[in-house]
Amino acid sequence: MTSHPFGQERPLHPETKTILVGASSGIGAALLQELVRRGHRVAALARRGDLLEENCRQANAAAGMQRAVAYEHDVTDFGTVPALFEQITADLGGLDLIIYVAGVQPPVAAHEYDFAKDHEMVQVNLLGAMAWLNEAASRFTHVRHGQIAALGSVSGDRGRVAFPGYHTSKGALAIYLESLRNRLSRRGVTVTTVKPGFVDTRLLANAAKTFWVISPEEAARQIADAIEARKQVVYVPGRWRWVSLIIQLIPSFIFRRLSI
Amino acid sequence: MMKTTTPSSTDMTGNSRRSAQATAPPHMRLSDDHLERVWAWGLASDSVSYVYRPATLEDLRAIFRLAREQGLTVGFRGGGNSYGDAALNDENILVDFRRMSRVLDWDPRSGLIRVEPGVTLRQLWEYIVEDGWWPPVVTGTMKITMGGGLGMNVHGKNAWKMGPIGDHTIDFELMLPDGEVIHCSREENADVFHAAIGGFGMLGAFTSITLQMKRVYSGLLNVEAASCGNLGEMMSYFEQHLDESDYLVGWIDAFPGGDTLGRGQVHRANYLAPGEDPAPQETLALARQQIPDTIAGLVPKAWLPPFMGPFYNNLGWRLVCWAKYMSSRIKEGPSGARYQQPHAHFHFLLDAIPFKNAYGPGGIIQYQVFIPAARAGATLATLLEMGRAHGMPNYLSVLKRHRPDPFLLTHGLDGYSMAMDFHLSDRNRARMRQLAREMDEVVLDAGGRFYFAKDSTLRPEVIRAFLGSEAIAQFRALKQRCDPTGLIETNLWRRLFT
Repeated sequence: MTSHPFGQERPLHPETKTILVGASSGIGAALLQELVRRGHRVAALARRGDLLEENCRQANAAAGMQRAVAYEHDVTDFGTVPALFEQITADLGGLDLIIYVAGVQPPVAAHEYDFAKDHEMVQVNLLGAMAWLNEAASRFTHVRHGQIAALGSVSGDRGRVAFPGYHTSKGALAIYLESLRNRLSRRGVTVTTVKPGFVDTRLLANAAKTFWVISPEEAARQIADAIEARKQVVYVPGRWRWVSLIIQLIPSFIFRRLSI
Repeated sequence: MMKTTTPSSTDMTGNSRRSAQATAPPHMRLSDDHLERVWAWGLASDSVSYVYRPATLEDLRAIFRLAREQGLTVGFRGGGNSYGDAALNDENILVDFRRMSRVLDWDPRSGLIRVEPGVTLRQLWEYIVEDGWWPPVVTGTMKITMGGGLGMNVHGKNAWKMGPIGDHTIDFELMLPDGEVIHCSREENADVFHAAIGGFGMLGAFTSITLQMKRVYSGLLNVEAASCGNLGEMMSYFEQHLDESDYLVGWIDAFPGGDTLGRGQVHRANYLAPGEDPAPQETLALARQQIPDTIAGLVPKAWLPPFMGPFYNNLGWRLVCWAKYMSSRIKEGPSGARYQQPHAHFHFLLDAIPFKNAYGPGGIIQYQVFIPAARAGATLATLLEMGRAHGMPNYLSVLKRHRPDPFLLTHGLDGYSMAMDFHLSDRNRARMRQLAREMDEVVLDAGGRFYFAKDSTLRPEVIRAFLGSEAIAQFRALKQRCDPTGLIETNLWRRLFT
């Protein structure tokens, strides 16, 4: 009666049932391959359907079975999220994990104030996350089981001179995730905030100077490890924790004079 | 704002296909308030379902209607004592029948009782025992519901003599997914009668069930315990005592091999004859039957699991089984030990010892096989050897004797069953899959059968081989007739029949 694109799960073949939002390129695309390799069944979402399909095809070919299914979706179509969420959980046969990776960072010049860009960043990086993760949070509250993960950023830890809209979207996302964590951890649900440093993706093109750059594949591996370990907040790679700590400790009267 | 969303899937051959999303009907989503995570009895699998608990026939009708409107399927759940995925329905509706739990009619002269499907075995025996009756067939736990028990066609430790519960069912009413209630007995709708019993809930929902109880003349059973040095000894004990026993059950220590392969302990029990019990009213009293919740009157059983946990590994459990066997050997001696025991104490071992809470994160699965008598000795020995060879000795094996019965999807046959509990972990799951596949072949080769209440491992091709294509075709035809839109499904149905 219902469609079962993944097939009925068998009791002796438990698979982590995962929604991955933002799986067409960058860290999301690498995470798709990594999760499928680790035996998850993944509902992969992205706006760019052709790229997404190709990623799913690759992952399934490597796994030798249908583990990833593509769902073309624009995260700013907030109204379609509830129905799609329901359809996907039915297709997956459940939900153990949702990961929100979708993010944009249009180039912003030093003295540029472009509301259209800010609007897009807040919509994709923050509101899309809230639309999807609210659905998951409500479900996980009732079933007392599940894990939520989303990609914040080291650059969301302070409001810096470089990208006001981007820092805001990632910083607000981190606050939102902290609230979810405080609501849900008492119900057995883990909320993992992932804060990558420099990762070699399209977004990196905007950065002025970069260091400690890791590949998306390496980032995906570390993120998947952190999710499996049910970490609360994790920097990728880990040493960014100390950089961020120092940045957070800089008093404002100094910070506002710096160009970082 | 609305934008069409196209789920698309890519198969491993590289062909990508997009399925049209437009076919799904737009609908109001069911409230998350009904979402629950429910478990298989063995705790090795679970599902999240929209759980509804009807109290009346009208409630049940409304659930079927709701499911149709929402494009969801409906699965049934009674006591939730199936070891595998028989009472799970991922992301769809699951009807928990435990509120439909009234005894509708009881006649202590004839022993006929009519119950709603959610009446548990515990409710049933507690209702009738003081009138001098006992259910003719009881399972190892009294937490099952009669609806679930009939759907699985459960058996007890007297299966070779009394058959499954279906053999004591006079008639039942079955609600079909369209809301119609049909009456089924050996005379009326006989085909549905013989397929719904043992049909694991796939044809409709039992709404009332009439059962014939058995007269007893005492609340006690005469029990005899004897240890057997190997499987051969145990099976000849069974064969020698079939005619003169009312109950027979064997416990097997699955760890030792060689000459002591299949060693263990047999419990044999008999009803007391009329007049044998000088004060039957006393022994039949409910208080006398209740299972104590302490061990030796001292230690609460709820304290046990933390102490059992450390033994739940191959080494620890080998030690436990060895100690159990040796103590029975010493206590019983060569001639066996005799004592009297209340019915409930004898039958409900699974309720008496809190095994389940000690399982740990992986849970257990049970693999139960039914082997024709002529092939049973060799086949069961082979299965025990295979478990040992894979480093997967089972932690609890139980031997019982059976007889054939007239139900379409039955597990019953003239032979033996052996139920094996395997403790699962992330480390041994792949080994368990392999072992199960190999055991399937051995069982099919011996003309053996399987049991849906226990299954977690079978595949559609094994089911086809054991039931035969004719029985499956008959069952599908009946399903088509009772449930033409395929509204009723469970994880087990999807795993084995779609």
